[in-house]
Amino acid sequence: MIKYIAKRLGQSILTLFIIVTIVFSLLRLMPDEGYLGAAAEKMSLEQQEVYLTNLGLRDPLLIQLKNFYIGLFQGDLGKSVTYRTDVPVLDIIQDKMMYSIVFGLGAVALSLLVGVPLGIFMAQFKGRWLDRLGTGYIVFVVAVPAMVYFLMIQMYISDWFNLPMLFDEYNPKSFILPLFCLALGPIASYAMWMRRYMVDELNKDYIKLARAKGVTERTIMFSHVMRNAFIPMAQYLPATILFTITGSIYIESLFSIPGMGGLLVDAIQRQDNNVVQGLVLVFSSLGIIGLILGDILMAIVDPRIKLGKGDSVR
Amino acid sequence: MGLFTKEIQNISEKSNNQLNDHLFEFATVDDAKAEETAYSNYSYWRSTFRSFRKNKIAVFLLIFVIGLILFTFIQPYLPDQKSPTQIYINAETGMQDRNVAPNDEYIFGTNSIGQDLWSRIWEGTRTSLFIGFAVAIIEVIIGFSVGALWGYSRKLEMPITQLYNIVDNIPTTIVLILMAYILRPGISTIIIAMCITGWVEMARFLRNQIVILRDREYNLASKTLGTPGYKIIIKNLLPYLISVIMLRMSLAVPAAIGAEVFLTYIGLGLPVSEPSLGNLINEGRVLMMSPDLRYQLIFPSIVLSVITIAFYIIGNAFADAADPKNHV
Repeated sequence: MIKYIAKRLGQSILTLFIIVTIVFSLLRLMPDEGYLGAAAEKMSLEQQEVYLTNLGLRDPLLIQLKNFYIGLFQGDLGKSVTYRTDVPVLDIIQDKMMYSIVFGLGAVALSLLVGVPLGIFMAQFKGRWLDRLGTGYIVFVVAVPAMVYFLMIQMYISDWFNLPMLFDEYNPKSFILPLFCLALGPIASYAMWMRRYMVDELNKDYIKLARAKGVTERTIMFSHVMRNAFIPMAQYLPATILFTITGSIYIESLFSIPGMGGLLVDAIQRQDNNVVQGLVLVFSSLGIIGLILGDILMAIVDPRIKLGKGDSVR
Repeated sequence: MGLFTKEIQNISEKSNNQLNDHLFEFATVDDAKAEETAYSNYSYWRSTFRSFRKNKIAVFLLIFVIGLILFTFIQPYLPDQKSPTQIYINAETGMQDRNVAPNDEYIFGTNSIGQDLWSRIWEGTRTSLFIGFAVAIIEVIIGFSVGALWGYSRKLEMPITQLYNIVDNIPTTIVLILMAYILRPGISTIIIAMCITGWVEMARFLRNQIVILRDREYNLASKTLGTPGYKIIIKNLLPYLISVIMLRMSLAVPAAIGAEVFLTYIGLGLPVSEPSLGNLINEGRVLMMSPDLRYQLIFPSIVLSVITIAFYIIGNAFADAADPKNHV
């Protein structure tokens, strides 16, 4: 087990390194204005050139890369250029992260509480109206671009229930709509997966045997089907949880929550290369950690899986 | 039965005529009759079509979508249509026809600078569907090529798997944004940005299918007969994969349309002069706060929702129909 985790960790660090290098190189392709900020208009072309050289941007790519990694190991992601001039990127991200974590974890809790039972009931009443209703909901949420129903919710539900349209830190009622919106998607996917795995499991022979033996429907559902159906979900759970921490770009900017997702959009629109770079680093790390945790969790809940043998593609 | 009638006749004749010369002729092979025994009435595509037809909703939506696509092309040539990009000036006041609520002249009203929303929606639908289909087709081509190499060639399996693990770990949103950020805005940029992220899933999906199929007996037989690899992939594997490829394509279209909305929202989409559904929704969103103007958001939203849901349902119905397990 420990050997497996160590191996996975090593692989992941390598992957992370490659991703960051690729993103770093890609960002060098972007226009130089991203480093000049508001000062660009006041400077002559020569001054701009000197400024960029001082920043190290005229060095060969490999040297820039080396400097970036040296900075990274010292916990320095560079300074913001246009977003909040000269504030270290790490500080900006730290400020924003709290909001995203609160909303992300809240939404995951809500969607697990609603989505998993919904999936279970849908599987149990397969083909009946509850199943149809749930399927309709899932199709709608999965197929229609999220933007559309988020806007509708913001427009109408805020009116009907008299809820504030925008986020306000000091007004607990303003947490409701963003949380609700954030949970809509995950509820649909949890319900969909749960239903599919449950239905698969229900068709297996051992369930027929259990029924023939006279085991009660409740025992079959809870101690046989659900337990087995939960295993494939376990693999993706940590990744989805960690991913919600990065914040939803839509929701954070629609409800003006000062979180990380909105920050990415802001930084891109203001062409703040250093902030974009830092955020990509954080997002990819979270994604990779999520995948590792998923594999480990899966091994814990499913005793049949022996780690280390055959690194198959998920 | 047909094969043996002659023999039975012969035998019955034998009792009458005793032995005759006819019995001592060599038997010949009749190709047509040999085929007859191995022939089954089952046709994959016919069964698929038959099961698909049972799903009334999907059939209705399919006809609806085809009609819609045709309509987006016919619409500019219908009488009394307005240009999607021209700003209309009111003849009486000499002012632009801004934010005119839906009426006889402007079926869906006008937008905040006086353009006709009806024609903009159809122009936008055309653009969005074009993006959707272009992305879906390119994704399938790249995805199938990579997936075929990945699944079929044992030498390439490890390197591509490693590559996949890297590419798959980069958050899609970020790649999408970065590409759109680096390249200049335009339809081709959007298509490229989406294909760069989209083919990965497609390749993995097709690879898994190919791995399942590649060691089947008939492929082994082809291989031992000396069929080159590319021929096995194209002639043996591709026909099997057509149904899943079509399923993925029909799901890729709404996904691409949604991604376009997203890119437009964060300011990396098409320029406003090129209407697309994402553009229209974004324009409508700005005016969301005044209830009288909400029609500018609601109309494009309805069109968008209907199209994406239709594609999704058709795709899933087709996947069910294409699965031989569901054939009678």
